[in-house]
Amino acid sequence: MSNAQAVGDLVSQPYKYGFVTDIETEKIAKGLSEDVVRLISSKKDEPSFLLDFRLRAYRQWLQMQEPDWARLGYPQIDYQDIIYYAAPKRQEKKASLDEVDPKLLETFDKLGIPLSEQKRLSNVAVDAVFDSVSIATTYKEKLAEHGVIFCSISEAVKEHPELIERYLGTVVPSNDNYFSALNSAVFSDGSFVFIPKGVECPMELSTYFRINSGDTGQFERTLIVAEEGASVSYLEGCTAPMFDTNQLHAAVVELVALDDASIKYSTVQNWYAGDENGVGGIYNFVTKRGQCRGERSKISWTQVETGSSITWKYPSCVLQGADSVGEFYSVALTNNCQQADTGTKMIHVGPRTRSTIVSKGISAGRSANSYRGLVQIGPKAAGAKNYSQCDSMLIGDQAAANTYPYIRSQQPQAAVEHEASTCRISEDQLFYLQSRGIGFEEAVSMMVSGFCRDVFNQLPMEFAAEADKLLALKLEGSVG
Amino acid sequence: MIRPDAPVLLEIRDLHARVEDKEILKGVNLTIRAGEVHAVMGRNGSGKSTLSKVLAGHPAYTVTGGSVHYRGENLLDLDPEKRARIGVFLGFQYPVEIPGVSNLEFLRVATNARRTEQGHEELDTFAFEDLVRERLKVVQMDPAFLDRSVNEGFSGGEKKRNEILQMALLEPLVAILDETDSGLDIDALRIVAAGVNQLATAENATLLITHYQRLLDAITPDYVHVMAAGRILRTGGKELALELEERGYDWVDQELAALAGEVA
Ligand SMILES: Nc1ncnc2c1ncn2[C@@H]1O[C@H](COP(=O)(O)OP(=O)(O)OP(=O)(O)O)[C@@H](O)[C@H]1O
Ligand SMILES: [Mg+2]
Repeated sequence: MSNAQAVGDLVSQPYKYGFVTDIETEKIAKGLSEDVVRLISSKKDEPSFLLDFRLRAYRQWLQMQEPDWARLGYPQIDYQDIIYYAAPKRQEKKASLDEVDPKLLETFDKLGIPLSEQKRLSNVAVDAVFDSVSIATTYKEKLAEHGVIFCSISEAVKEHPELIERYLGTVVPSNDNYFSALNSAVFSDGSFVFIPKGVECPMELSTYFRINSGDTGQFERTLIVAEEGASVSYLEGCTAPMFDTNQLHAAVVELVALDDASIKYSTVQNWYAGDENGVGGIYNFVTKRGQCRGERSKISWTQVETGSSITWKYPSCVLQGADSVGEFYSVALTNNCQQADTGTKMIHVGPRTRSTIVSKGISAGRSANSYRGLVQIGPKAAGAKNYSQCDSMLIGDQAAANTYPYIRSQQPQAAVEHEASTCRISEDQLFYLQSRGIGFEEAVSMMVSGFCRDVFNQLPMEFAAEADKLLALKLEGSVG
Repeated sequence: MIRPDAPVLLEIRDLHARVEDKEILKGVNLTIRAGEVHAVMGRNGSGKSTLSKVLAGHPAYTVTGGSVHYRGENLLDLDPEKRARIGVFLGFQYPVEIPGVSNLEFLRVATNARRTEQGHEELDTFAFEDLVRERLKVVQMDPAFLDRSVNEGFSGGEKKRNEILQMALLEPLVAILDETDSGLDIDALRIVAAGVNQLATAENATLLITHYQRLLDAITPDYVHVMAAGRILRTGGKELALELEERGYDWVDQELAALAGEVA
């Protein structure tokens, strides 16, 4: 077998999280209409401001067109063929974990996210979201002692409506784009984080998203607010069963950082990617944006994107406050027929704002991996600085990598620096490692993780090893 | 050191190999016993590096005939990594750069792969640091090279020293050093040669591929082979190298022509 082919086999590791939990689910009928939006809102017993927010978004969505500028090809999505709400039957939020359906706890155990008191990760609080609802949040009391709110967004709507009303939709307006409008109309659950003034969140926060039902879409909504001088590190993980139909996932994440606040948002995305012929898999259309509202605030995005059949995702920073800082560190691995069009937008509004972009794309098989990034320097952003580095690694000779860096500057003195490179794992490099006794698989994974190091170094400690393992897993398999 | 009763480490018989559609090795014969130092010389393009890569198992080269046995085992059946683990080492003429992979980590993984094969315990990062610091002395290399990516941005000479460092860590039984001397300055040549001599024992063997007598002044070969057009045309003692230095390779053409005549 040629090396190129062997590498191809190597990256075609079967998906580990493809099982379905057999659990009674309450679903509403397929399709989307104003009545469906009202139904979702009433099921969640929402205040009228939120119903109005949803209805406004729905009407905007009706007027909008699905975007087609990304370098992605997929059949027309039939929005009437999707279920917009699904929840495990015994879904009322339980007072204690003992009352949560054991099947659900087992599911998260299997995914490596134990929730029960004895087994859960120390120093990481977890919000577990199953289909459309959050089923449990760990360490809530401990966090509350520090004034930190960490709960599902549905719960926050009930318990902290004033915060939701103040911040929801202020970073990503519902009419920002087609998918954000859809999400704003039908979002089901997600996480809410609030770190009050001066508090450094005492533990890592994490949300784990699990899609279980076959024909439902997942539309989660996350909102994180860090007040003056507060700081938090948050991580989201996601998996889904293997179905041979495509499922839509359209999330919105909003981050708000006030003066001197800092938010670190990390993602390890491992949605089902479809099979080797591109059948099935998640369509992942996500709008993530952080607003550095305050002076000297900082928002940092780190993402490891390994799953989904289609990824359309551009975590962005609006650098409004003077001296605020935005960062984007990304690893996107595509294999087989996966397509990823991902990158970031750094919008420099305030003076002396700085941003850093480090993107690592790895494409194997027949996959296509595009980096798309915008660095925009506004007229008031005197002394703004950006540094971008976009590297692509090709495995085999059928994969494609593209880089689309857009730079718009209205500030003659701004310093914008862009570096890009493309490399291929060469036969001679692999042979060199092999000729020192290092097995083929390990040689490939050493090179890939070496390529990603700058990004992995940004992940919270607890997850860096996990990300390395995940990539190795994607790269592991039978070598002929 | 020649000992006729020493065990045979490497036995190459009538080896033929091609790359793409071009036949490059056309019947190489060579026997290497423990304790011996062999030198292979020959014109550019005569097939020396090809021979070394075929022995190490490079996938671009296809063996079309003949055999290679390493301590009695059919070497050609084994994956490149297995060959390395059981003690065959190739010091490359052009070591490749591997960005992103830490030299220290690479050396540790390689050393442990060899140790595991030998039934030794794997070394953890601390134990390995100690070992590597000791072996760095063999090539008088600055420990700063451990923190860089494998060969990335190394000068030509630094790459060659890194090869010998690997040899010092892996302790091969057959070390094939492909033009390890090229690219080395005078001091570095002396250091590397001293290192190779230091690593040579009665149990292992070295095959030096070189163009220059100055390496053979520092590492005395027991045998010198002249390679031409994909085979070993002549074998002699260390004086053969001196003769080549004086006469060059013109005689090779005559012998090749004579050989062609015999075949016809
Ligand atoms: N991958 C390859 N593709 C095509 N030709 C090759 C390849 N590898 C080697 N060759 C050819 O095989 C012949 C022998 O090459 P080889 O590198 O073995 O020579 P060498 O004796 O090591 O030469 P030098 O002294 O210059 O290092 C050369 O003509 C070379 O061009
Ligand atoms: Mg050569």
